[in-house]
Amino acid sequence: MKHFLLAAALILSAPAVMACETVTIGDLTIEHAWSKATIGAGRPGVFYVEITNAGSVDDALIGIATPAARMPMLHETVVKDGIASMPHAMSIPVPAGQNVQLSPGGYHGMLMGLTTALKEGDSFPVTLSLKKAGEVTVNVDVLSLRAEGPDCADAGQ
Amino acid sequence: MRLRSLQIILWIAATAAVVTFSAVRWMPANDDTSIAAPAFTPTFALADSEGRSRTTAEFRGKFLLVFFGFTSCPDVCPTTLSEVAQVMDDLGSEAGSVQPIFISIDPERDRRLGLADYTKAFHPMILGLAGSEAETQSAAASFKIFYAREADTSSPGGYTMAHSPGLYLIGPDGAWLRQFTYGTSAADILSDLQSRF
Repeated sequence: MKHFLLAAALILSAPAVMACETVTIGDLTIEHAWSKATIGAGRPGVFYVEITNAGSVDDALIGIATPAARMPMLHETVVKDGIASMPHAMSIPVPAGQNVQLSPGGYHGMLMGLTTALKEGDSFPVTLSLKKAGEVTVNVDVLSLRAEGPDCADAGQ
Repeated sequence: MRLRSLQIILWIAATAAVVTFSAVRWMPANDDTSIAAPAFTPTFALADSEGRSRTTAEFRGKFLLVFFGFTSCPDVCPTTLSEVAQVMDDLGSEAGSVQPIFISIDPERDRRLGLADYTKAFHPMILGLAGSEAETQSAAASFKIFYAREADTSSPGGYTMAHSPGLYLIGPDGAWLRQFTYGTSAADILSDLQSRF
């Protein structure tokens, strides 16, 4: 079933540059959703996104779900006293009037138990759970293993 | 009585662990200047993906860019390896004087997942090494870096690795030159290397 869902998602998604697509829910704008190609399905994939809260109420990203992975979770890379560790983030604050980025070296979604290897050019849906705004699904663009972020014309990066 | 002895032994072990941990934490050159780093010659003897033992001695005459990491690390390790790959591309004809090396701190799992597939996906010149647990500890101690396995139910296999994320530059004579802290751009690493040729 998961394979079917993923296959359906991959077929239905247009080959265009999804990472530059913008989705809104209430006062939140979600854009620049991207991931990196993986070598096989045995290692976790990664998920990055940018959320802007134009409203006056604080919100928070509390979870992610995707047919591409059995166990997607939010993590944060923390470098403290010269040691990098990657604790689980229960909730990522999206304060009123602010912009929050899940990006390399900081907050990120870790996609464990990949259904299939992520290939450059693929895309897959990720549903974000926000404490106040509820759920919203974005299309995630798989970029190259060495990508630093999507190259969007709106100069968001 | 037996419990008492055990408690004493455990306390001694815990104290030793704290002392070792503090020592390891304080010793690395955490600044990114080359001036403060004392001269020392880090060494390793670790197996490559084909099981051949590779040692620091065989790379004399080349600069080494050494990074410790693990392949189930989705964020930090790919970021640094991407920078290294970019540096190797940008070095052009001078790439032959630099050997990038990825040392696994999660060697058993990385051997199983396939080390060469991983490093080659970033750049064909990156050499992946994964020794035994003891050899890995010895290499890390020699480079004065810290790593530790941490239980984490939210990570694959129920554990993750905390580690020093720096990139270490070793000179053609085998002596430590400097650390590039996590997040140093490929352009900065490149210009540092080019100033040394």
